[in-house]
This record gives sequence, structure tokens and C-alpha cells, in this order.
Amino acid sequence: MANFLVWVVWLLAAGACIGTGLRVVTASNPFSSALSLIGNLASLAVLYLLASGEFVAAAQVLVYAGAVMVMFLFVIAYLGGRADAPWAGGTRLIQTASVISAVALLAVTFVALMLNAGGRLSDEEEVTRAFGSPAEMGRLFLTDHLLAFEITSVVLLVAAVGGVVLAMRSRAEALLDAGEAHT
Amino acid sequence: MMGPDIPWYLAIAAILFSIGVAGVLLRRSPLIVLLSLEIMLNSANLAFVGFSRLFGEMDGQVFALAVMAVAASEVCVGLGLIVAMARRNLALDGVLLTELRG
Repeated sequence: MANFLVWVVWLLAAGACIGTGLRVVTASNPFSSALSLIGNLASLAVLYLLASGEFVAAAQVLVYAGAVMVMFLFVIAYLGGRADAPWAGGTRLIQTASVISAVALLAVTFVALMLNAGGRLSDEEEVTRAFGSPAEMGRLFLTDHLLAFEITSVVLLVAAVGGVVLAMRSRAEALLDAGEAHT
Repeated sequence: MMGPDIPWYLAIAAILFSIGVAGVLLRRSPLIVLLSLEIMLNSANLAFVGFSRLFGEMDGQVFALAVMAVAASEVCVGLGLIVAMARRNLALDGVLLTELRG
């Protein structure tokens, strides 16, 4: 019974995942794209939970669906109507080619999966309850993966500074605007 | 393990990655391209978490968190670029941005 319930939740989450993913790509309004991506991230968090990645699921909701998507929504709101860019690019040939290449990629990965499913991919290791728990993640981050942890923090800092510098008005522009305001 | 086996997770990851690829190739708006990139990064994360469960090692989940941080930085820089483009009154359209084309 419990197994059946897990399957139901898994199927719902997977369906929501794919549906919202398609909606992100096909919606013409950037707001609905961004909101669908939030749904996508939330349903992915459910899948992480079912694969015993508790901490990753929590971080997904907090960092992605919380912080990153709010930043996205702010920028879309700031751009206003200018964000409503035309739908697809290139000639019809290029559009068809890009869809075909995406489908071909999917086919290749599915064939690779089918060839390996059932054998090595299906016998999971037994894990303890601590697997994926915040305590265990914290221990790993501060012992085995300390360097990766520190590098990640530096990358985030550099990106934050870079984002501010990119979006900042240059001094020349500010002077130009001030001059126009005077005359 | 209760529920579906790991190949099911990997199948979802593959489908999501293809959706992301289609979005990046098809759409003109840089905002939507960024959103599609997020889908691709997240599908990679799902594969990481699935494999981490398969092998019973938590290193995959650690890497998934690192990918999340890199994705956040990428959004930061990407949105900065988009705002800079809007400031300079450039069209937010991947087809019209041909200044750097050789």
C-alpha cells in the first residue's frame, strides 16, 4: 500500500515536472514562464525527496523557488512590456531543426537508459536513515568537500559583484543624463 | 527502495534536459533562454540525486548543491546582462543582437 502511494506521488510530481517544463518553453508571456518554472522546481523537490535527498529538496525550494525566482520575477517586472519578446527565432528550417535535435537527444539518452535499465541501474544500495539528511550533508561539506564549499562561496560572491557591475549605470551615462536634464 | 527505480528518475531527467535544449534553441527572448537553461541544470541535478541514491554515496548530492550555487551565480550574471541591455535600449531579442557577429 505504501509502495502504491509512493508511486502515485511520484507520477504526479513527474507529470507536473514535464508539464510545467513544457509550459516554460512554450508560454508567450515571460511571467507565466517564470511562474511555471517555480512549479517545475517545486515538483523536482518532491522527486528529490522520494530519492532520499532531503537536504537537496529543502535547498531547492529555499534557494531556487525562493531566492532565484524572485530575482527573475523582479527583473521581468522591471522590464515590463519589453520582456514580451517575439516567440521563436530563425527561419522555419532552423526551428524544425532545433526541435528535431532536441528529440534526437532524448532518443539517444533513452536508448542508453534502456540498454542499462534492469541490470546495474536497478539494484540500489541499501542506505541508512541518515542518507541525505542535513546533518550528514553538513558533515560532508565541512570535511570531505571543504574546498568545493569554499570555492562555491567565492564563485557566488564574484557573480554577485559582477551582476551589480553589469547592471550599474556607467559614470559616462550618468553624466550624460545629468547634462540632458540641465539643458 | 519504495516507489520507482532509478531509471525512472533518469528518464525524467532526460526529458527535462531535452525540453531545456528545445527552449534554448527555439526562443528568442534572452529571459526565456535563461529559464530554459535553469531547466537543463535542474535535470542534471535530478540525475545527480538519482545516481547518488543508486550508489548509496552522498557525493552526488553535494555536487547537486554546488550546481545549484553555480546556477544562482549564472542567473545573477545573466540578469545583470539583460538589465544592461535594457539600459542601453537594445532590443531584448536574440535574433537582433548581431553586433559581435564576425
